[in-house]
Amino acid sequence: MHLIRRQRLQWVILMLVTSSMAVGLVVYALGQNTNYFYTPSQIAQGVAPIGVRVRAGGMVVVGSLERAADSLDVEFDVSDGAVHLRVHYSGILPDLFDEGQAAIVAGVVDANSVLQATEVLAKHDENYMPPEVADTMSAAYREANGLGGDY
Amino acid sequence: MGWEVIISPEFGHVALIIALCLAVIQSSIPLLGSYVGIQRWMELAKSLAIGHFVFVAVAFVCLVTAFLQDDFSLRYVVHNSNQLLPIRYKFSAVWSAHEGSLLLWALVLAGWTAAVAIYSRSLPLVFTSRVLSILGMIAVGFGLFLLLTSNPFERTLPFPPVNGSDLNPLLQDIGLILHPPMLYMGYVGLSVPFAFAIAALLEGQFDSAWARWCRPWVNVAWVFLTIGITLGSWWAYYELGWGGWWFWDPVENASFMPWLVATALVHSIAATEKRGVFRSWTLLLAIFAFSLSLLGTFLVRSGVLTSVHAFASDPERGLFILVFLSLVIGSSLLLFAFRGPAIHAKSTYTGAAREIMILINNLILVTAMAMILIGTLYPLVADALQLGKISVGPPYFNFFFVPLSFALLVCLGVAASSRWQHTASAAVIQHARWPAAFSVSLGMLLPIPLAVWFDSPGYSMAAALTIIAVLWVVAMSLQDLRVKMNTAPLARLSASYWGMLLAHSGIALCALGVGLSSVYDSQRDMRMEPGDSVLVAGYTFEFKTVSEIQETNYRATRALVSVTQQGRPVAELSPEKRYYQSGGQVMTEASIDGGLLRDLYVALGEPLRGDSWGMRVQVKPFVRCIWLGGLLIGIGGLVAVADKRYRRRRKTLDTAVNSLTEPQLEQSR
Repeated sequence: MHLIRRQRLQWVILMLVTSSMAVGLVVYALGQNTNYFYTPSQIAQGVAPIGVRVRAGGMVVVGSLERAADSLDVEFDVSDGAVHLRVHYSGILPDLFDEGQAAIVAGVVDANSVLQATEVLAKHDENYMPPEVADTMSAAYREANGLGGDY
Repeated sequence: MGWEVIISPEFGHVALIIALCLAVIQSSIPLLGSYVGIQRWMELAKSLAIGHFVFVAVAFVCLVTAFLQDDFSLRYVVHNSNQLLPIRYKFSAVWSAHEGSLLLWALVLAGWTAAVAIYSRSLPLVFTSRVLSILGMIAVGFGLFLLLTSNPFERTLPFPPVNGSDLNPLLQDIGLILHPPMLYMGYVGLSVPFAFAIAALLEGQFDSAWARWCRPWVNVAWVFLTIGITLGSWWAYYELGWGGWWFWDPVENASFMPWLVATALVHSIAATEKRGVFRSWTLLLAIFAFSLSLLGTFLVRSGVLTSVHAFASDPERGLFILVFLSLVIGSSLLLFAFRGPAIHAKSTYTGAAREIMILINNLILVTAMAMILIGTLYPLVADALQLGKISVGPPYFNFFFVPLSFALLVCLGVAASSRWQHTASAAVIQHARWPAAFSVSLGMLLPIPLAVWFDSPGYSMAAALTIIAVLWVVAMSLQDLRVKMNTAPLARLSASYWGMLLAHSGIALCALGVGLSSVYDSQRDMRMEPGDSVLVAGYTFEFKTVSEIQETNYRATRALVSVTQQGRPVAELSPEKRYYQSGGQVMTEASIDGGLLRDLYVALGEPLRGDSWGMRVQVKPFVRCIWLGGLLIGIGGLVAVADKRYRRRRKTLDTAVNSLTEPQLEQSR
């Protein structure tokens, strides 16, 4: 009986140690690799941290797209209906990226409040709006119309 | 004129309703009969299952006909087809969106159920009738879901449009014709072991003979899932346009999690069959595997997560699946809590016995699944708790998955030479000496020429570890084969054994592809004009010309890129930018020169000023090994199913099981 109890205790301790290690690792890894989503308004207000990878999104403002003459550098504005956020990106834009369409960008906000994007996403269903962008737009709409934001 | 009248969408709708009614009877009467002991009620299950299948098939044929005949009075056809669409894509468009893919789900479920009804003669009637009833309950859930929230037969009358809005161009591809049915066969196939597990729990009994009956079903479902995921990854690679083959996207994870659990199940049910161990664990895995495939359906169909697969969606549907999911998981786990403890085994194993190795395999696979589950659901939970809108990036998944896979491969090598019940650790070490020396030395050396070959800076430790793990698995398997050949001629080895060897080599090949293509991948995005050339990983890509072409439903700009290596021509690539007329969508069609050792990949970006284009040029070493590996895993699974044992013992099983369960039947009365 005594032996069995000791074996059980060993098992319990082993399980506790491994599971707490697992939980610790998960918390660490999640902390390192989660990207928070901010609206252009929040970034303009300085809510988003500077120098940390974040995501942002909204509609690409019509007429804001500017390409460099000799490289793949491109700049455009995304808007949540209230504020325009300048985005800089170097690379190939996705097929469904277009002015007037929803887009999500991921990257780092610099000191001039320009988002230096390393990733630009436009979704492959033309009628689809990412849930973040949909929320952003409706919140900004409510605020602009004095309805108050409840997000 | 004639057949258009005969096959009208309303018939499909009615057939679906009849199928649902049959499923309702199938889910209740045989189950009731098994408890009150009325044989006729139990015998009803088989004919109901086949009838259900026939009616769902009729509904499916009606929808296919509607697509082939451009019946734009159906809302679903309007949204997903077009007169100009080539006929094969009109066919695959049937399952290109929500309603049709659910109908395919229902059809596949009905097909599996009918197969169970036909091939379950060796099992006692009480048991089969319960299995079929449980499959019937799942069919009721999905039938209601189809009819209440996602009816593909909804009309646009009285003013149907003249033409449809076209199938999403990304989906106009052979990959889409095959990928969803394969994946669904896998997802839904897991409902068979699930129903089996529930029936076993109701019975309070689960022994080796039943595990043997269930094993081929698990294997076949798992093979389909493997092939489905492999096809999906391959499709993403060449069709999404940018050369990635796995994104840790929520929808990919949704298919990968059931695969991991199903893989664990394939192994644990082997131990249950051979040695009678892990019985309740096997049942639990069966429950989890199917629950995860339901969860996958929920994640894909509810649109709660941002994903490359996200479609415009409807919260009502999400709620329906969520309720169904909670019912299934909740009730089956509750049943397991009450009945699971009754199903346990007394058996012993020591040293590095195969049972222990399978336990380790299961632990690693289930841990990997849990980590992926946390990473996938965390954004949902955080959003619900108002912690902000979060996404979990690929580094999180790699952080766990890469070390776990390495551990899995190392253990796989050891497992190859283990035996059931008792394996002395000393014997394993004895076996492992040469394979270990071989794999470590070659693995340390090979990255040197590879780095030169693929023009990569410096020596890569990741590549060395990949090659060591892969060679270790292969060498240990061959070592075991050599030992087996000493005692028996090759022909005497069972199909299961060959299947195992093939599947394990497939895992090794896949790991090789993943590891080496990640390390030695070279990619350049740049602005190019005709006449420009660029050197990537020793290959010179020269952008020659652009031309305009016209096809039936799109026009395209096609670039001509010729590739040379030290002046020697290697390939002519012609990536395209397509403009689809009906929907106005733009799509990138990459051009790939494939090879076992490397893929050359060119994709056209956007047109820039003048004649210049954004262009992505990639050299991807060993990337093809990933899918070849996946294919090999699938073939291994099929070879294992072909084992004579599953057929030969049917007769003996019959008598054994009948003698075993007659008293049970008495008891349950």
